[in-house]
Amino acid sequence: MSDALLKAENVSEVFGGLKAVSDFNFYINPGELVGLIGPNGAGKTTAFNLFTGVYQPTTGQITFAGDSIVGLKPYQITQRGIARTFQNIRLFSELSVLDNVKIAFHSHVKYGMLEAVLRMGRYFSEEERVEEESRRLLRIFHLDGQENEKAKNLPYGAQRRLEIARALATKPKLLLLDEPAAGMNPQETKELMDMIRWIRKEFGLTILLIEHDMSLVMGICERIYVLEYGSTIAEGTPEEIKKNPEVIRAYLGGEG
Amino acid sequence: MKYLRKNDLIMLGLGLVIFAVLQTLITERIMSSFWQLNSIIIGINVIMAVSLNLINGYTGQFSLGHAGFMAVGAYVGVVLTTFFHLPFAVALLAGGAAAGFLGFLVGIPTLRLRGDYLAIATLGMSEIIRISIMNIDYVGGAAGFKGIPHHTTFAWVFFIMLFSLFFIKNFVNSTDGRACLAIRENEVAAESMGVNTTKYKVMAFTIGAAFAGVAGGLFAHSFYLISPNSFTFMQSFNYLIMVVLGGLGSITGSIAGAFVVTFISAALASWPEFRMIIYALALILLMFYRPQGLFGYMEITDYGPFRKLLKKGGRKHE
Amino acid sequence: MELLQQVMQQLVNGISLGSIYALIALGYTMIYGIIKLINFAHGDIYMVGAYIGFFAITQAHLSIVPSLLISLVVTGFLGMVVERLAYKPLRHAPRISVLITAIGVSFFLEYTTMYFVSPTPRTFPAMFGDVAVNIAGIVINGQQMLILGITAVLMVVLTYIVQKTKTGKAMRAASFDTETAQLMGIDSDRIISLTFGIGSALAAVAGVLVGVYYNSIDPLMGIMPGMKAFVAAVLGGIGILPGAVVGGLILGIVEALVSGFISSTFRDAAAFAILILVLLVRPAGIFGKDTKEKV
Repeated sequence: MSDALLKAENVSEVFGGLKAVSDFNFYINPGELVGLIGPNGAGKTTAFNLFTGVYQPTTGQITFAGDSIVGLKPYQITQRGIARTFQNIRLFSELSVLDNVKIAFHSHVKYGMLEAVLRMGRYFSEEERVEEESRRLLRIFHLDGQENEKAKNLPYGAQRRLEIARALATKPKLLLLDEPAAGMNPQETKELMDMIRWIRKEFGLTILLIEHDMSLVMGICERIYVLEYGSTIAEGTPEEIKKNPEVIRAYLGGEG
Repeated sequence: MKYLRKNDLIMLGLGLVIFAVLQTLITERIMSSFWQLNSIIIGINVIMAVSLNLINGYTGQFSLGHAGFMAVGAYVGVVLTTFFHLPFAVALLAGGAAAGFLGFLVGIPTLRLRGDYLAIATLGMSEIIRISIMNIDYVGGAAGFKGIPHHTTFAWVFFIMLFSLFFIKNFVNSTDGRACLAIRENEVAAESMGVNTTKYKVMAFTIGAAFAGVAGGLFAHSFYLISPNSFTFMQSFNYLIMVVLGGLGSITGSIAGAFVVTFISAALASWPEFRMIIYALALILLMFYRPQGLFGYMEITDYGPFRKLLKKGGRKHE
Repeated sequence: MELLQQVMQQLVNGISLGSIYALIALGYTMIYGIIKLINFAHGDIYMVGAYIGFFAITQAHLSIVPSLLISLVVTGFLGMVVERLAYKPLRHAPRISVLITAIGVSFFLEYTTMYFVSPTPRTFPAMFGDVAVNIAGIVINGQQMLILGITAVLMVVLTYIVQKTKTGKAMRAASFDTETAQLMGIDSDRIISLTFGIGSALAAVAGVLVGVYYNSIDPLMGIMPGMKAFVAAVLGGIGILPGAVVGGLILGIVEALVSGFISSTFRDAAAFAILILVLLVRPAGIFGKDTKEKV
């Protein structure tokens, strides 16, 4: 556990008196695929926002690869190797599919403003490399042939895939997926699961995902955290979680 | 990727041809002095519009203070040429640098603001610049600065305009330019893709201000006298109108916008009492029927015949 | 002692000027609150109001109160017409298009007025002669008393409309959340139109009062006060009615103090300096609440 890739210790987040997350403890080891589940408003997305620097924790410590990332700006955290997708898709909707991915290579482009403006030095070779790598990513996510389409004109499922492709272009070690299967039909969800497994292997990724679709979570996650009202109520393997009485109460309490 | 260089050469060649034709018209005195002055004004307006487009159109920040930066460049320039007898080029560069530096200083705090608030803050900032100039007796105060050497020729304006266009075109087609576009599209997502949004907003603001400063220097040296009243927020509105008319996020659009606005006001010069009324109505009607401007996000090179000419096959923003 | 007297005198001047800003700022803040538009034409509405008052007094030989009423009604109607013709068709257009349209409307009002009444400034007839009250060396003249009196009455009326009437409640609801208000059965088009009407009527009164106060009006008189009234609205917290009043008064007082003790040429700069300071320190304004974007 000491060599966890991402670790949160006693993290709390208070918005004007309301505790969105309280005393949250979390870790994910390199190479793991972990799920974060819980009812709406349980603080799952808040946890993502804390990990990516969109929010700063009120108290507690968050470390990534052994270093504290508290106080870093979101772009700095991305540069250190955490990438994310958004629950409510946030593509660059007026830009082409290709440009959406190219932008994400930003931190890995090695030419300066002067070289770009005067079209000298590494500009051409770097642009060529970015274009090639972007197209390769788009092929992986079955988006080739749609490179020049505006992102907003893609079908819903394709937009979700483009968000993942874009996140991968930042070359992360840890990928955070916020409800990747939201709005997908069972067939699309199944394909998504295969894709997540495949990119994990191919890119050597550690993946943390938020999901409501239980078949997806139970199907691919190795470990699951269950949140309710901003606190962790259970943690364990899918088998353990399924049997956990607290989880059953939280999920089925109202109906059962 | 070699064709990118070829594109640039074709565009440069095209620019030189246009220049040769216009310059001949001027030297052979076929063009009236009214239109000579107007061709200079158009060039300056193109620089103003395209540099404002970098801020408003590409980076999505709403600046309404472009005339303020122009004023800084103009006054720094005329002080250097008139009082210190420095070469014109030095004065232009210094004016651009001063305006850019001011843009940088103003940019850091104000770019935390969004949308309308930023618009009104930049407007206020440019008014503060103008009122401050009015209170500096060294540069003539409210009465204006007299005795400026007439350095600005059509050639100066044209080549600086060409340079501005190439600079901004190349900038927006680089990773830095894409970072700016990302900010316009979705700031939160841009940040999470590793884009330092503050840095790029300030960068766009600084570059835009610097070009406005150079344009200010060119503007000032076309006249014997400039006064702070040449740089009111009405003037900033005018540049914004050019940008929106042409299309936010289109360089071709900014050129077209500068042309159309300058032509309309020149053509209506003989009916001064109706000029602004017609201009106002044209503006309102344009917003009704073509709010995305003449070109939207498109460039002229995205259209069929030009695309064939440049053989680029569907690449945008080139 | 003399300094204190001077300060007090400038305060009186500042509150008078500030009341006028407040009247214009109310319209700005109401319109921004409901359709999120910086209505750059609002200052020109105020100018038109001043001219209508001027002609009512000089051509129709009416006294001040009926002139004010005529200007209020006609200009209020003009505001509704402008909204109907220029802004309503753009209800779902990008905000920059609406803003450019507002600039267009502003030019249109300025130069159409100029076409009909000529660009030369008109002199308002002196209305109060030498009426003035002197309290311990501080002079409050007739015009200032008129401004303060009328402004106070209008504030009371406006508060009544917004707080007690059904229309006022609908206005508040629509400015809080236009779509939800619509779902609750509020006719938002009508409410927006009324907001323009009321805002323009208040600006018209401010226009006439300025004519009385400074004796001079011209077709471009609305540009600067319009901008400053927007500053006042931002200062108080945009969309908040008492904020606009407080913002207007603060702005008026600061301007009076700056022109009284520093230099009148810096008066306009002071307003914008306040604006930038407010935006940096407290962008939501004095009465506003900070909001954070939800990710």
